[in-house]
Parts: sequence; structure tokens; C-alpha cells
Amino acid sequence: MSSPKSADQKRPLFLEPGGRGREMFAGSAKAKNKRNTMTRLWGYLRPRGNKLVLIIFLAAASTGFELTGPYLMGVAIDKYIAPGNLNGLVIIACIMGLVYILGSGAVLLQSFVMVEVSQGTIRHLRKDLFDNLQSLSLRFFDQHSHGDLLSRFSNDVENISNVLNEGAVQFISGVLMLVGASIAMFLMNIKVALVTLSIIPFIFLVPKWIAVRTRKGYRLQQQSLGSLNGMIEETIAGEKVVKAYCRENDAIESFDKFNQDFRDNAVKAQTYMTVLGPLMGFFNNLNFAIVALAGGYLALTAGLTVGTIAVFLGYSRHIIRPISTIASMYNSIQSALAGAERVFEILDREPEIVDIPGAPPLKHIKGDVTFNKVTFAYEKTNPILKDISLHAAPGQTIALVGPTGAGKTTIVNLLARFYDIDSGSICIDGQRIDQIQKDSLRRQLGIVLQDTFLFSGTVMENIRYGRLEATDDEVFAAAELSGAGSFINRLPEGYHTRLAEKGGNLSHGQRQLISIARAILADPAILILDEATSSVDTRTEINIQTALLKLMAGKTSFVIAHRLSTIRNADKVIVVDNGEIVEQGTHDELLAQKGFYFKLYMSQFKGRSATGSKVSFLEPTAL
Amino acid sequence: MSTFKRIIRFLLPYRLFVVAAPLLMVIEVITELLQPMLVQNIIDVGVANSDVSVVIHTGIWMVALAVAGMGVGIGGAVFAVKAATFMGADIRRALFRKIQTLSFGNLDKLETGQLVVRLTNDVTQVQEAVFYSIHIMIRGGMTLVGSVVMAFITNSSLAMIFFFLGPMIVIFLIFVINRTIKIFTGVQEQLDRLNTVIGENFTGIRLVKSFARTVYEKTKFGKINDDLTKQSINALKFGALPRPFMMLVMNMGIVCAIWFGGLKVNNSGMMLGQLIAFVNYLTQALMSIMMVGILLMRISRAAASAKRIDEVMETRSEIQDPFGPGIDLKPHGRLCFENVSFSYDSGRTPHRPVLKNINFIAEQGETVAVVGATGSGKTSLINLIPRFYDATKGRITLDGIDVRHLSIEALRKNIGIAMQNALLFSGTIRDNIRYGKPDASDDEVIAAARAARAHDFIVRLQKGYESVVGQRGVNLSGGQKQRIAIARAVLIDPAILILDDSTSAVDVKTESLIQQALAGIMAHRTCFIVAQRISTILNADRVVVIDNGMIAAEGTHDTLLNTSSLYRDIYDSQLKKEQIDHE
Repeated sequence: MSSPKSADQKRPLFLEPGGRGREMFAGSAKAKNKRNTMTRLWGYLRPRGNKLVLIIFLAAASTGFELTGPYLMGVAIDKYIAPGNLNGLVIIACIMGLVYILGSGAVLLQSFVMVEVSQGTIRHLRKDLFDNLQSLSLRFFDQHSHGDLLSRFSNDVENISNVLNEGAVQFISGVLMLVGASIAMFLMNIKVALVTLSIIPFIFLVPKWIAVRTRKGYRLQQQSLGSLNGMIEETIAGEKVVKAYCRENDAIESFDKFNQDFRDNAVKAQTYMTVLGPLMGFFNNLNFAIVALAGGYLALTAGLTVGTIAVFLGYSRHIIRPISTIASMYNSIQSALAGAERVFEILDREPEIVDIPGAPPLKHIKGDVTFNKVTFAYEKTNPILKDISLHAAPGQTIALVGPTGAGKTTIVNLLARFYDIDSGSICIDGQRIDQIQKDSLRRQLGIVLQDTFLFSGTVMENIRYGRLEATDDEVFAAAELSGAGSFINRLPEGYHTRLAEKGGNLSHGQRQLISIARAILADPAILILDEATSSVDTRTEINIQTALLKLMAGKTSFVIAHRLSTIRNADKVIVVDNGEIVEQGTHDELLAQKGFYFKLYMSQFKGRSATGSKVSFLEPTAL
Repeated sequence: MSTFKRIIRFLLPYRLFVVAAPLLMVIEVITELLQPMLVQNIIDVGVANSDVSVVIHTGIWMVALAVAGMGVGIGGAVFAVKAATFMGADIRRALFRKIQTLSFGNLDKLETGQLVVRLTNDVTQVQEAVFYSIHIMIRGGMTLVGSVVMAFITNSSLAMIFFFLGPMIVIFLIFVINRTIKIFTGVQEQLDRLNTVIGENFTGIRLVKSFARTVYEKTKFGKINDDLTKQSINALKFGALPRPFMMLVMNMGIVCAIWFGGLKVNNSGMMLGQLIAFVNYLTQALMSIMMVGILLMRISRAAASAKRIDEVMETRSEIQDPFGPGIDLKPHGRLCFENVSFSYDSGRTPHRPVLKNINFIAEQGETVAVVGATGSGKTSLINLIPRFYDATKGRITLDGIDVRHLSIEALRKNIGIAMQNALLFSGTIRDNIRYGKPDASDDEVIAAARAARAHDFIVRLQKGYESVVGQRGVNLSGGQKQRIAIARAVLIDPAILILDDSTSAVDVKTESLIQQALAGIMAHRTCFIVAQRISTILNADRVVVIDNGMIAAEGTHDTLLNTSSLYRDIYDSQLKKEQIDHE
């Protein structure tokens, strides 16, 4: 551990041990509040109480059958084989066979029921997780890495599922087996039973001793694995940069450190885990030997039968196995608890943006928007918007301009109530937006982002996302109006063409047209547009512009504008700088003022001909 | 080289462990196999003859064997862990090294995500398989063979039971393993679908919320969740079959042994202790078959992983280093494209040429602007200069020397390149800027940052140059990242500077400021600028217009306006766009 640290300071670009990796695994190393987590997990299992009772019953039955087998063998030896009662032997063999069949049947049935219980629980947990995530605000999604959230759905839930599935049954039958075998042994012969069971405390101590060490080693191993994987991911993702700057050797050097660190930790952790096998094997054999020794001795001194020895030999195997199984499951139980904790962490998140009780829906609006002295900060210390007041009359187009980070995107985010404001008010048709149902508010808004997002699914499904109950003809009409119709018809399966993940098989411009069609279909009263800045070819660009103009017709529109023409055509230009509205008015008015806007405008034309060949005005913004 | 051989080669350095682990395991197994025999001795010799000393002596032997077994067992386990883990680390290391030698073309084919999976999951799979093979597999196999042999020694005619049970179990295992793989593949697919839905939901959350589609999304998720649950239940139920079945077979074996054995004890003088020992051997043998079967399933999964690792190992870098002289290369920077053609041999569209017969000269100190439509081949063209790819035909010379004759490192150290996709590493901003020259002084870093117009925003950050970039660090905008990437390119003081659409996310105002700041730096170097905006191009000494992989025109902005209709089109289209916007 010490060597990578020092090298760290020299070449920190590759070495951030404990950076991503450590944070990723810090939570999963061990559950912090075990009892609470278990109680809550139990809450998910309780609705399946009937099945759980059935499982315990079946486990008891199968354990009983499994213990009866060796007992019957003893009886067969003592009562039938030794005295030579061969007719009786056939009967007892048949009974043994029947017992074993019933035993296997019980085990099978028990597994089946457990599978249903565990998967039902997991399904429930996943559903709650997803549903709760949907209620959380954008702020939550901004603050959490999607990879981490996704891993709670996959890895963490998977860990819980595994333990429920295999662990629970084995644990229950293990305990039953231990208890059952002990009772059976005491019933048969107290002395031999005492000798056989005398070893049990040691068997419990050893796995515990190992488990403690394993846990530590396992945690270290997972941490160094996390760091190693983080390093690999980052380097491979940036491999072309590594090569462009000839840093391959440095990359290898720092990789070697992570790799060795992981290797050494893994050897330690795995060794403890693996040693458990031979150790339990030892107890198994030791117990076997003790039973044989004591049994043989007692056979001679106290008339113990050979059959009883055989039964005890069988039982001695039965009591060690469950203990070693439970011991080897220790780590999976730990990681399942940690996983459960991470899942509950999300389930405990309260949505920040909620409808006030009895909030009325927003209906048939004209599209009059007012911001009154709105103040907002993502983080308390760093106010993003200060004292924003603006008004958009129904049908007006408002252009928002200003440098990156000025707060343009935040203004439109607040209008959609993605975040709640700190002070002031935002009203639509005179109604405060925090007093109405937020879903009804958002249904009145159409948002077209420059970073177009499409779901995997057909083109039809993606357009219909704007209004789920739209008929096919309405979808076609919206597509035609947006100008997307012609290229959609040229796709191999037209509207039923499946899009690759994130619409990967369409060009940027095509995706944008589909998203505009989606907004047209939704037919909102208020539009929010984030003008695209990325360079697409001229024809597509013209198509998009035409489509947007159709979309905006008759609607109150807020445009984060990058194009001079949009700004010129706007009813009102709002110039934002550093979280404040510094100027507002029409393009011509603002130019005449010779203020901030004028400077911004002039800086574009610096060193250029009067005709002006400018493509984009102001800078692109990432919404 | 076959996959198997390659793994063996990786195990060679640890051959001592690899040999010792199974050897110790054999000893452990033998100690275990002797136990039932000794029990037999206690019963048939000790108890039958009422000889207490035999009972006690044999018992002590049994305990001693148990201790010995534990000792060698632990030894074997430790060796197996060491061999497998060390080998895993070595494979990972070799793989990582290999990746460092691959060319851009190789990387394109192998895909980033795939490479990460190979380095992590696949190596772990192989490592586990090797561990199982030399540890549990050998142990299980030995126990199986040993107990069958011992069972035959104990009573050969009773041991015929094996001929009946063995095939049953083997056939059952083959059936189950085949089915399981199929069923679990289905579950995996369903799981992938679920993950896609979740992932898309997160990425598109803004859209979901703005269309108020929460209920719709919940229903969509709910359906897939239910499907997954149904499939998982089926798969897991199927997976639950082997245990009870094998147990049943095993126990039926015991019943048979008791039955036939009982007859034998009475008819042909078989000893009772023999029967008990036989039952024990039978149990051990069947248990180990079960273990081996389950392990085979896991190991077969690792075979696919090993193959995927192999694929990378077998990849030959498309770009070969000539081992030529010139580590101290100090080029003047006169670049010459001579009849250069190029195609990405990516399999999808084989040999579709991306560049055709490119001829042009960039004189020392000249600034060359490369313009053209998206997909015309601009980036491909400049990627040939640092040999990210090699030309398929023709050659590129630097100061008259074919770039393929220069050492790659020497060549690249003299080329500063800022790509459109400005990729930064986690670490501080300072470290990112001096990435190409880790020992750069703070002054150099600041000078480079100023030239890229990044200094001002960097010092406004809370920790300035020490701000950490990355997941938990400051979030830089696309334009800010691009400026840092430009600073990184400038800092290495290259003879050739390439800006590949590297200001696409920067506003026009900042872009012109960057240009002013870079003017001094660019004056003495050969520069290539790929850009969409005409303003960027106006200052270039020369403009190369690429169309469909060929040079359509070449000259200064003013001459091209008069001579090239394509250039005028590109130029006009911007104006036209503006005018259409007006209407």
C-alpha cells in the first residue's frame, strides 16, 4: 500500500487510488446498520409469510427424512443383516428407498417455493426502487452517477437475491439438521452423542476466527479491485490521448502498481477463504475418527451395536456440513446486507418536489408566464439566479441570451418546476406553479432539448411519447409537419423501424426532427427550446428551422437562442449575465441602448466583413 | 497458439505451486479415503475380536490422518490460490501492456467497453477456473477415482452398483448443464433489457419529467420486471433440480448397497465393517461427481472468457515502430502528403476509401485550414500525421522523411493535437494540462492555459489549477474542457500543432480570443486547423477543401472564393442559413 502512495504525487494523472474505486466500494464493504436493514428486508418477506411457513415445514420434513435414512441403515444392520433376517431386509430397504424419495421430493419442493419467495421479493424491491426513483427530482439525478444507481438495481439486488435463494434454504435446513441430528443422537446413545457433539463449539469458533479475517481481507480486496477497475476504465477510455502523448509506459507503470496491490490483497483474502475448506474437512475427519474410536470402545465396553456406530458415522457427516456451508456463506450474507442497505438508501429518499395537498390541475391555459423576483441556488452558498422578473404574454417568443453559466437554462428549468425556487414566484395564467399539480403543469410545456434523447423502440413509439393516446394518423401528421416524415418513410421499416440505443442509427439532425415531431404531437401551450449549436449539414439545418417555426406558431415560447435570426424575430430578448437579467427588450431596442447586449453583439463581428458570415451567435449551452 | 497453451504458459512461472497444489491435494484425499478403511478395521478386527487396543490404535491413527490431511490441505489450498491469483495478475498485466501497443485502428475494432470487460471480468473468470481446476477439480476427481477404487477393493462385486449409478448421473449432468446454459442466457438477455430501460430512464429523465410520463415509465419497467421475474423463477427452479436428484441417486445407491450388501453378509461372508466402509466410499464418490459436475459448468463458462482474452493477445498492432533513429528529432515541420489514400479496414465496409490521392504540402510555419462537409475525411486526414493510422497508399513525409521511418514516440512528441472530443483524466487541471510533459513548470502550465484562454476561468474555480476534474470533481463545460485540451497540446511545445474542431463547443467570441492568443504560438509552427466556422479559417495561410475524400480545392481564402465553387458554397451556405433564419 505504501509504494503507490509516494509515486502518486509524481504522476497523479493515473493514480487516484481511493478515488472512484474506493468511493464505489466504501458503501458495499459492510452494512452499517445491520439490524435495521434486516428488519426492513423482513418487511419485504412478510407478505410471503405463508410460503415461508411452508418452506420451514418442508425443510423440517426433508431434514427429518435425511436423518431417518442413516437411522434405518443402523436398524437394517443390527436387526436384519446381523441376525440374517433377509425378508425383513427387503422391507427395510424399501422403506429406506421411500424415505429418501420423500426427502428428495421435500428438498425439491422447498427449493421451488423458495425461488418463488425470493424472486417475488426481489421483484417487489426492484419495483419500489424504480418507482421511488421516478418521484425524485432532477437534482437527485444530477448529484448521483448513473452507473452507481444502475449498480443498485443490478449488483446489489442480485446479491440479495442470491442469499435469499441459496442462503436462506441452506441456513434453515442447516440449523434444523444440527438440532435434529443432535436430538436423534441423544435419543440413541447419550454417551456417543456427547462425544460427537463435543467438537461442535470448536467448529463454530474456527469459521468465526476465519470470517473476521476474511472480512477484512475481502474488504481490502474489493477496495483495490475497485481502484484497479477505475484505473482501467479511465485509461482505456482515454487510450487515444495516452497514445497521442506517448504516455503508454506511465500508464503501464501505474497499472502495475494497482494490479500488484490487488493481487496481494486478493491472495490474502482468498487464502483465508480457501483454508476454511481443509479446516472443515479436518473437523469432519476428526469427528469421524472420534465417533469410530468412541463407538468401537463403547461397543466393547458397553455393548453398543455396530449398527449404531454406522448411524453415528453417518450423522457426524451431517452435522459438519451445514456448519461449513453457513460459514462459507458469511461473505455473501455480508455483501447482501450491504446491498440491501444501499437499496434502502434510495428508498428512503423523499422527493424534493411534491404537489401540495389538494393541488388543482392546470387546465386550458393561454400561456401567460410571469417570473416575479425569483431567486434560486442549486447549492445554498452559490446563488445561480438573483431577483429574476420577466413576463411573457400569450403567444410571445422570448429569446434568452447570455454567456455560458449565466443562468439561461436554469430559468427554463424553473418554469418546468424541475427545481423549486428559493424565493419569489412563477405564475402561469396567474396561477403559482407550486400550487398546481406538477404533472399537469409539465403537460402544458413542450421541451425540445438540443441534446436530443430517444428511447430504444420504434420511431412510432418515440413520437407517440409526446401523447400516448395519439392515433397512428396523428403520429404521421405530426411527423409530416415536422418534416421528419420523408426520411422516416425511407427507413427500412418506416415508422416501425427500431432505433438502436439512444437512437444511434439516426443522424443528429434526424433525431432532432423526431423530437420536434414528438413536441408537435404533445401540442403544448408553452414551448421551451434549446437551440442546437452543433454543426449539421445545411439542408437538415434548414429543415429543423422550418419545423421549429411551425412548432412555435401561436405558442408562448422560451428559446435559449444561439441564432441571430431567432433573436431578431423574438418579441422580447432577455439578456442574462451572472444570474441576473441585465437588459430586456427587442433586438433593435437593445442595440440602440449600446449596453451589454450591444457589446456582446459587436464582439461577434469583430474583424469581419460587413456582410457578416457568422454562423452562430453566442456560445452553445448544455442544458 | 491455442487458448489452453497460452494459459499453461502463464502458469509456467508458478509451476512449483501448480504441481505442489494437486500433489498435496492427492495426499489429503488419500488421508480422507483411508478413514472408512480404518473404521472397517475398528469394527471387523477390533469390535469383532473384542480387542480394545486395536480400536484405540486405529482411532489414534484416524485422528493423526485427519491432522495430516488438514496440514497438506491447507498447503494445497494456499498454493492453488497463489498460482491462480498470480497468474491472473500476470494475464491482466500482459493484456494491459498489449493494449498499450495497439494502434487506433485496433482500438476501434476492439471497442473500449469490450476491452474493459476483458481486462476485468474475463480475467477473473479464467483465474477462478484455474483455481477450481487445480484445487477443487483435482480434489474432486481424486476423491472420485480414489473412492471408486477403494470401493472395489472393499468389495468388488458390490461395487458394480457404480456401473449403474455412474452413467445415470453423467447423462443427467450433461442434460442439465446444456439446458442451464440456455435458460440462463435467456435470463441474462432479459436482465440486459431491464438495465437498458433503467439506463435510458436515467439518461432521459429530463424528458420523462417534462412529458410527465412517470406512470408510463413505471408501467414499462413493471412489465419487464415481471417478465424477468417469471424467467428467473423458471431458470432457478430448473437450477434447483440437480441437488435433490443427485441426492436421490446417491441415496438409492446406499439402499442398494444395504440390500445387496446385507445379502452378501449373510450368504458370502462379507464383513459388516466392510459394508459400512463401502457405504461411506459410495457417498464420497457420488458427492465428488456432483462437485465436479457443478465445477465443469463454471469452467466451461471461463472458456469463452479465455477466448476473448486471446483475441486481444493475438491482435497485431497495425502501426509498427521502425526502431529508427530520431529520439532527439527536432523537425522543422514541413509536411508533405504524397498521393495518400486511406481506408479504415473495419470489416463493415471493407476497403471503402476514406481518402483518395491526397497531395499537398504544408510548409514550415504555415497554418493550413482543412474544411469540408461532415464525413468528408478531414479528421482522417490529420489522424495520419501522428500515425494514429497509416496511409493505405502513398506516403506522408516530415522534413522529407517518411513518417513511418521515424520512431513513433519521437514523431508524436513533436505533434500537439487537440481533438474535438476533449478527453480529460481524473486528476487536477494542472496535471491534465501538463499531461504531455509531466515535468513542466507552473509557469509553463499557466502560459499554455493563457494561450488557450483557459487561465481566466481556471483561476475563478475554487481551487484554481488544483481543481480536480472527474466524477466527483468540478464539472467543466464542453468548451472549458476543449480549452484545457488545447492548453495540453500547446504545452509540449510541438513543431506541429493540430486543432481538430477543437473549439466547436466554445463561443465565437472566446474562439476569436483563443485565436488571437494562439497567433504568436502558431506563427513558428506548422498548424492544421479543422473547423466548421468560417471565421476560424480566415486567418489561415492556406485552405484545403476536402470533398468526399479528395482535395477539391486548395489556396487562400480569397483565391478560393473566386476559384472554387465548392468553397463558395460552403461559405455561402452559412450566409444563406442566416437569411432563411430571417424569414
